[in-house]
Amino acid sequence: MLTLKRWLAILSILTVIWIITILICLLHGTEPITLSDAIRIFWARLSSGMAGASDVSRSTILLEVRLPRVLLAGLVGGTLAVVGVTLQALLRNPLADPFVIGISSGSALGVVLSLFVGLNVSYWGLSPLPLFGFLGGLMTLFFLYRLSHVHGKVFVQTLLLGGVILNSMLSAVIMFIAYMTDADKVMGIVYWLMGNLGSPDMKALTIVAVYSLIGMAVLFGLGRGLNLLALGDETAVTLGLDAERTKRIAFFASALLTGAVVSISGLISFVGIMVPHVLRILIGPDHRLLLPASVLGGGIFLMTADMMARTLISPTEIPVGVITALCGGPFFLYLLWRGKMKISNA
Amino acid sequence: MPALYALKEVGFRYGLEWVLKGINLTIERGEILGIIGPNGSGKTSLLKILARQQRPVEGDVRFESTSLSAISFRGLAQRVGMVPQEHPVVFPYTVLEVVLMGRYPYLKGWAFESAEDHRIARASMERMGVERFSDRMFSELSGGEKQRVIIARALAQQPQILLLDEPATFLDLHHQSQIYSLLGELNRDEKMTIVVVSHDLNMASQLCRRLLLLKEGRIARLGTPWEVLTEKGIEEVYHCRTLIDSHPTTGKPRLTMVPD
Repeated sequence: MLTLKRWLAILSILTVIWIITILICLLHGTEPITLSDAIRIFWARLSSGMAGASDVSRSTILLEVRLPRVLLAGLVGGTLAVVGVTLQALLRNPLADPFVIGISSGSALGVVLSLFVGLNVSYWGLSPLPLFGFLGGLMTLFFLYRLSHVHGKVFVQTLLLGGVILNSMLSAVIMFIAYMTDADKVMGIVYWLMGNLGSPDMKALTIVAVYSLIGMAVLFGLGRGLNLLALGDETAVTLGLDAERTKRIAFFASALLTGAVVSISGLISFVGIMVPHVLRILIGPDHRLLLPASVLGGGIFLMTADMMARTLISPTEIPVGVITALCGGPFFLYLLWRGKMKISNA
Repeated sequence: MPALYALKEVGFRYGLEWVLKGINLTIERGEILGIIGPNGSGKTSLLKILARQQRPVEGDVRFESTSLSAISFRGLAQRVGMVPQEHPVVFPYTVLEVVLMGRYPYLKGWAFESAEDHRIARASMERMGVERFSDRMFSELSGGEKQRVIIARALAQQPQILLLDEPATFLDLHHQSQIYSLLGELNRDEKMTIVVVSHDLNMASQLCRRLLLLKEGRIARLGTPWEVLTEKGIEEVYHCRTLIDSHPTTGKPRLTMVPD
């Protein structure tokens, strides 16, 4: 049961863990940095804007390489998790996720197409890639919605299956485009598709942050509505919700968020399934708490996964999508296995 | 005062097949209306139209002389409670959380449920005898327990009109009779208007002041139990023979199946 006190307490605890995770991730890497070094570097930057001569290289690593990357991981993880929570409520299925139902691939195709036809220029300092990602994701979602929408009802099984099929089709198109592209560009696309947080410049990070924060703010307003939609559209209506309108807003915001993160970090799978599932067990299913908590939880998870990607076989880096898929695949199978056990025991 | 509900030439279809056609019906304040009829005769569709879960394909539905689609969802949810036939809840909500959702139509902005909301939810759970389940997962309850929790949620809406779709289906005899006496009590003491879809013609006969008998999406008969439940009328609609006599204690019509 959710009260304001419990809401504040849980979100405060998660925020503290989130900050500690950022710190740990900042300190670990190919070049280890101690906490006292880090504090000195931050202090130097804050007080004079200058680092001492001996700290220059560490200062660059910490502030210009690691900090943007860790923040990006936090943002991308949080976004994927909050979209997962939303889609799971909308589709009433705990296995839904932007990756599984093909929105991520749709976004990726949007981005790849815009790169292919050479639209990777910036207007007024803004890269249009997140926008193409958004459009690709939105078109995928719209198509799926039309496919599964019959007589005013969404057939969830159709939508899920359609998404899985669409996902492979879109991936095939992306692979085809990658195949047709110059050999030197291919590696870049493939590496990006594997899910990779790179080391973004602050400008790219800011753009994605703006898109994401808008989408998150919209979703946070839908907490009660998603609780009702989890009971079914028809019941939601009799408990005072304009279900169609709420669903449209939620789908739209989900596409915006997915497009934004895919454009910068490629396809990172399973964050949207694992994080919401674990959080539901820990803090319950109330979306007023689950939505903001998943932003923090998803961030904690992906920052940690990315730290592993950077350090496991350092100095070589593993794409973070490989790490999340290797954690997430078995987790997904475990959920299915447990579901099977439940059914056979019933 | 205008009628609570006024339906004029209402028709509804899924795809090409008409489920309801030419429904003219007024529902007055404080009545108990039973909707009966064979499987697929359109009972549930009619109830869903009253609950605004489905929009009629043709015709006009008015709620206190305002068009039903012009009323806000919140506003309607403060007046009309609905107990559906199925309760698909996939996430691990507790019983208390499910019942508290009955208070959502009253919550404003970002607010959480107040102490008053909790009091009302507890009271409706006690009324349905489900307060001891309050911290259990809704999805782990039995069919009958779920049914009672959902009725508690509808009561937490503090509605003036209660719509119920087969409320006694999963219940044992004790809880069946409990539900029907509760409905009678709500109607008598709290002047709640009740519309109930039921397959149990005997219960409908005992409980309802008026019965609406549907056949293939059209109104076959509408009137008091004695007017609607006739041996000839039942045979026309259900294609089976029954014997109808007077219930020994209530004096309402009583049906007995007669084997062919």
